[in-house]
Amino acid sequence: MSPFAASLDQARKSRRVWFVGLSAMLVLWFVVYEQLLPFAQWLVAQTSIETGSHLAASVEFFLYDTPKVLMLLTLVVFAMGVVRSFFLPERTRALLAGRREGVGNIAAAHLGIVTPFCSCSAVPLFVGFVSAGVPLGVTFSFLIAAPMINEIALGLLFALVGWQVALTYLAFGLSIAIIAGWVIGRLHLESWLEPWVRDVRGSTITLEDGQQSWIDRFEAGWEAVKEIVGKVWYWIIAGIAVGAFIHGFVPAELLSRIMGADSWWSVPAAVILGIPMYSNAAGIIPVIEALLGKGAALGTVLAFMMSVIALSLPEMIILRKVLSIKLIAVFVAVVGSGILAVGFLFNALFS
Amino acid sequence: MKSVKVLGPGCKRCDAVEGMVKTAASALALDITIEKISDYARIAGYGIASTPGIVIDGKVVHAGGLPKEDDLMRWLQA
Repeated sequence: MSPFAASLDQARKSRRVWFVGLSAMLVLWFVVYEQLLPFAQWLVAQTSIETGSHLAASVEFFLYDTPKVLMLLTLVVFAMGVVRSFFLPERTRALLAGRREGVGNIAAAHLGIVTPFCSCSAVPLFVGFVSAGVPLGVTFSFLIAAPMINEIALGLLFALVGWQVALTYLAFGLSIAIIAGWVIGRLHLESWLEPWVRDVRGSTITLEDGQQSWIDRFEAGWEAVKEIVGKVWYWIIAGIAVGAFIHGFVPAELLSRIMGADSWWSVPAAVILGIPMYSNAAGIIPVIEALLGKGAALGTVLAFMMSVIALSLPEMIILRKVLSIKLIAVFVAVVGSGILAVGFLFNALFS
Repeated sequence: MKSVKVLGPGCKRCDAVEGMVKTAASALALDITIEKISDYARIAGYGIASTPGIVIDGKVVHAGGLPKEDDLMRWLQA
């Protein structure tokens, strides 16, 4: 190891270096963030695009939103990576095992937001929960909340669209996960699991208590940034491009006629349209931002977003390994109705 | 000889963990056997809820995500 690399390695283990470094980064972040809009406007002015034209509006949206969303994403993902180091799936399972329905559903939906697991872990997680005595309905509350209330989407909504919308999204996402899981639990569908799942009698292990230091947690946050930002940046740019097009070229009266609060059919249409669409949650937010800016109804837009994120075909194909087709159909029907209800209620409340 | 099992349905991270185990073992000059377990029922039988998992001589030492290199070395030497 070269002396430089060795001293770098040493610095990485010092808590003070981490705190000072992070504070400096945070200050720098805010300074750069403040300059993004003037910089985008200046860039557009340098081109030969006519000011005030549709194209100028689109290009400015794109040039402003791309660095803005990527910077916000980095911040949100880092914070979430640190928070998530407190919640491991095994610990969450221990918290939920043997819980009664009701309280269990509420706890599961909240834990679904903060417990980290990747989509390839969905099946082991499901089986691990059920075999450890977590009731089926409670497991479903967890499984519905985990993708539907995407914490990155929540952070971006908060920063881009406003806290009212973010809070609404959180409250309704939780309600759907709690109620849908409770309904599925009441239906007593245990016999609709794939047979082998019922037969697994897992012992629950307790892992060696990895006492994590703050440095470990910061490193987990940084790992999350590298992994997630590295994986979703092209989704984001695609989402911003769509958003930029809507912002510049789609006439507001057309959009408010199609997606406005007065057209009742727009909510079911948005849900159905959202099922086959699969986008990363982070990629959909710039589209939401542009749609809302053009007068689309909040309920319709939220329904669309939740449908895209929570009802995804790839996930259903993975879950098919443990759930029968019938159970998947119930899952889609219950979650779909929940999203519909949210859409209608919202349009009725805020129109 | 230690027997190491890597539990995971075959995602990228599971392969990465297998590579890490091999690297760590050869760095320590340890003689090990590696078995990959991708059957969901068997994975669940070990009692973990997140993958990839690592089992050394029948004991689950890790579940979920990539282990830290230092930890891995420690587990292999234990």
